[in-house]
Amino acid sequence: MSKAVVATTSMAGCFGCHMSFLDIDERILDLIELVEFNKSPIDDIKHFTKQCDIGLLEGGCANSENVEVLKEFRKHCKILVSVGECALMGGLPAMRNGIPIKECIDEAYLNAPTTKNCNPDRILPNDDELPMLLDRVYPCHEIVKIDYFLPGCPPRADLIWNALYALVTGDELKLPYEVFKYD
Amino acid sequence: MSSVVSGVLQEYGNDAGRLMDILLDIQAENGYISDEDITGIATGLDMSTADVEQTVSFYHFFARKPMAKYNVYLNNSAIAVLMGREKIAEAFERESGCKFGEVSEDGLISLEDCADIGMADQEPAALINGLVFPNLTGFLVKELVRDMRKGVSVDELRAHGLGDGMNNSQHLKATVNNNIRKKGAVIFSEYQAGSALDKVKSDRMSPEQLIELVKQSGLRGRGGAGFPTAMKWDFCRKAQGEKKYIFCNADEGEPGTFKDRVILTERPRLIFDGMALAGYAVGAHKGILYVRYEYMYMKHYLESVLTEMRNEGALGKKVNGIDGFDFEIRIQYGAGAYVCGEESALIESAEGKRGEPRDRPPFPVEKGYRGMPTVINNVETLCSVAKLVTNGVEWFKSLGTGQSTGTKLLSISGDVKYPGVYEVEWGFSINDILEMSGGDPATVQAVQVGGPSGSCVGPNEFERTISYEDLSTGGSMMVIGEQHDLLQDVVLNFTEFFIDESCGSCSTCRALAVMYKKTLEKVLSGGGRRKDIDAMLSWSPIGKASRCGLGQTAMNPICTSIKNFRYLYEGHIKNANEQYEGGFDIAKAVADSCEVVGRRPNL
Repeated sequence: MSKAVVATTSMAGCFGCHMSFLDIDERILDLIELVEFNKSPIDDIKHFTKQCDIGLLEGGCANSENVEVLKEFRKHCKILVSVGECALMGGLPAMRNGIPIKECIDEAYLNAPTTKNCNPDRILPNDDELPMLLDRVYPCHEIVKIDYFLPGCPPRADLIWNALYALVTGDELKLPYEVFKYD
Repeated sequence: MSSVVSGVLQEYGNDAGRLMDILLDIQAENGYISDEDITGIATGLDMSTADVEQTVSFYHFFARKPMAKYNVYLNNSAIAVLMGREKIAEAFERESGCKFGEVSEDGLISLEDCADIGMADQEPAALINGLVFPNLTGFLVKELVRDMRKGVSVDELRAHGLGDGMNNSQHLKATVNNNIRKKGAVIFSEYQAGSALDKVKSDRMSPEQLIELVKQSGLRGRGGAGFPTAMKWDFCRKAQGEKKYIFCNADEGEPGTFKDRVILTERPRLIFDGMALAGYAVGAHKGILYVRYEYMYMKHYLESVLTEMRNEGALGKKVNGIDGFDFEIRIQYGAGAYVCGEESALIESAEGKRGEPRDRPPFPVEKGYRGMPTVINNVETLCSVAKLVTNGVEWFKSLGTGQSTGTKLLSISGDVKYPGVYEVEWGFSINDILEMSGGDPATVQAVQVGGPSGSCVGPNEFERTISYEDLSTGGSMMVIGEQHDLLQDVVLNFTEFFIDESCGSCSTCRALAVMYKKTLEKVLSGGGRRKDIDAMLSWSPIGKASRCGLGQTAMNPICTSIKNFRYLYEGHIKNANEQYEGGFDIAKAVADSCEVVGRRPNL
C-alpha cells in the first residue's frame, strides 16, 4: 500500500504546533514509515507537487497570503485538520481583532518604542509584493471547510500523533485524559 | 464628599444595599455620576470604588459624564423600526445637528439609542430626561427640538395632550396612552380597593388556607414560565429565615411587552393588595415593587397610592385590621437592564449590585433578597390572586382552559390596526388574536409570540393555541407584516438586543449570541453557505449551559425563524452547492488595511 501523503503549513502561528509535532520523539521513525510529506516546512517543499491525503494547518489567517495558502490546501488535500488554538480560534494574533486596523499599523510602524524615532518619513509597508493585512484574524474554518480540529496551545505531541495515526490507519482515535487536558 | 452625596447617603442610612436608589438620586440631582461622587459613595458605604463603579457601569441609564440639558434616548427595538424609527432618528439628527452617540455642540441635546421602553403600542417613542414621548413623527421632532432651543422645561415639553385613563391624573400627567382594547374578567374588571384583604379578615382565613385557595385555583405565574404560584408561596412559607420578602416584578423588559405599564397605571391597588396577600400567606412584612427605569414617570403616582394606603390602614401595622399582620411596601427602580427581569438578577439589582443572575439552587424562596426567603411574582399574577380571593376559586377556574386558568393580558403590537392591551381567557389561537386586533391574515408574514426569547411563528401555525399546554407566553405578541424584511429588521434586531443585554457572566451567552449575529450577517450579505444555516441550528444546545433564561433563549430568534422560515434564509444563499469554501470576501477584508498603508489591493 502506498503511504499517505501529508502536507503541513504554519500561517498566522508561531511554529509551536510544528515543534510539538516534532516532539513525538522516537516515533518520528514510525512516522517516516507511515507517511510521505509533500508541501511542508519539514521537507521544505514550497509548492504542492501532487494531491495529498491530509493537510495539517497551524495558525489562522491574518493576511491575504494566509488565505491563499489555506485555499491551496483545501484544493490539494482530501482532509484538512486545524491544529492548535490559532487555527481553531485565531489565537494570540486575534488579540488585534476589535482594534481598528489603522491603530495596529500605526502602533507597529510609527508609535512602538522600537519604531518611534526610527521612521522619520513615516513609511508604512505598501509594496505590491507584500501580503495585505485582513481586517481581523480569522480562524481557518471561516475561510474553508475544515474536517477535524485538534485543540491545544500547542496540542500535545501525543494528540497530534494519535490523530494522524488514526486518520492514516483508520483505527479509532485514542484519547486518554492525559492527552486531552489543558491545565 | 459633596453635600449632595452625603445628603443622599444619609437618607438611605449609609446602606450599601440601597446603592441603586443612591445612584438614581445623585444622578437626578447632578445629571450624572462623577468620579468624585463614586469616591464619596465608596467612602460613605465602606465599599471599594470598583464595587460602586461596577454597579454604575452595568446599567444603561447611569451616565458617567456630564450630559446635555435634554437627553434623548430613542428606542431602537424591532417594533420601533417597523413603525418608522429610522425616519425619526434622521429627524432628530437633522434638527439637533448632532449624531446618535453625540452631544450637540452647544451642549443642549444628546442623542442615544436605547432598547425597548415598554411603548410598543405607541412607537416610535423616546425617553427625554426620563419622560416618555410616544407616537413621534418628523413634525413633532421638529417642534420638540424647537422648544428645547427655547429652553422649555422637560415637564412642559409636550408632543401630545395627556393620555387616557389615569395618565390624565394629577400625579401622572403622562402623554402615554393605555390603549386597553379589551377588558376581561380578572384584571380590568372593577375592583374595590382593599376588598381582597377584607375578605381574608371576614372569612378569618389563615395563611395556610390562603395558599390552599390559590392552589385550588390552579393559578400559574404570568411571567412566562408558568410556575404554580401556590407552590412558590408554600416553599417560602416553610423556608427558614428571620425575615421574608415579597417582590413584585414590574421590570417587564421583554421587547413588545407593556401590559404591566397599563396595570401599574390603572390598577395599582390591585397589585399592592396582591402583594399584601402574598405577604400574609408566606409571613413576610416587607414588599418591594421593582419597576423598570423607563416607567420613572409613574414614580410620584405610585408613591401617592402607597401614601393613601398607609393613611387608610391598608399598609403598616395590623393591615386592614388583621391582627399580627404588619406589611410595608417600597418601590425599587431599576436603571435600564433587561436581564434584571430574571428573578435572581432582579434581587441582585435591588441589593444595589450588578444585575447578574445567581446560580440556582438555592432558589429565591430559600435564599433571596439579603439572603432571606423571597417570593417574586409577576404583576399580573399578584393581581389575579387579589381577584380570585375576592370572587372565589370557582369563578376563577371557570375562566380559561383546564391547565391554564384565569385570563391573560396580551401586549399586541406591530402591523395591526389596534395595538394595545387585550385581556382574554386562555385558550385562544393566533388567528383569534389577529382578528381581534385588526391584523390582516393575508398580509401578516409572522407573529413573534412571547417576545424575542419566544417563537417566531408563521401562518401555518396560526391555529395553535396560547396556553401553558401549547404556546406559552408572557404576553408579548408582535405582528410582522409582509412589507418588512423579517430577518434584517426583526431577527437581527432581536439578536443584537440579546448581545447588548447579556450581563457577560456566561461565555455561552456572551460569545454565542455574537457568533449568531455574525453568521446571520454573513448569510444576509450573500456570503453564506447552506452549512451556515445548519450550523446555527446545531449550536443552540450550547446556549442551554447559560445560567439564566437570557443566554438560554438568545438563539431563539434565529433558531425559531430558521425552523419556520427556512426559505428566507436559503433565499440569500447564492452558491447552494458549494461545500468547501466558506464564502469569505477577501476584497472586503483587505480594503481597510490597503487604504491605511496607501496601496491598491492586488487580488
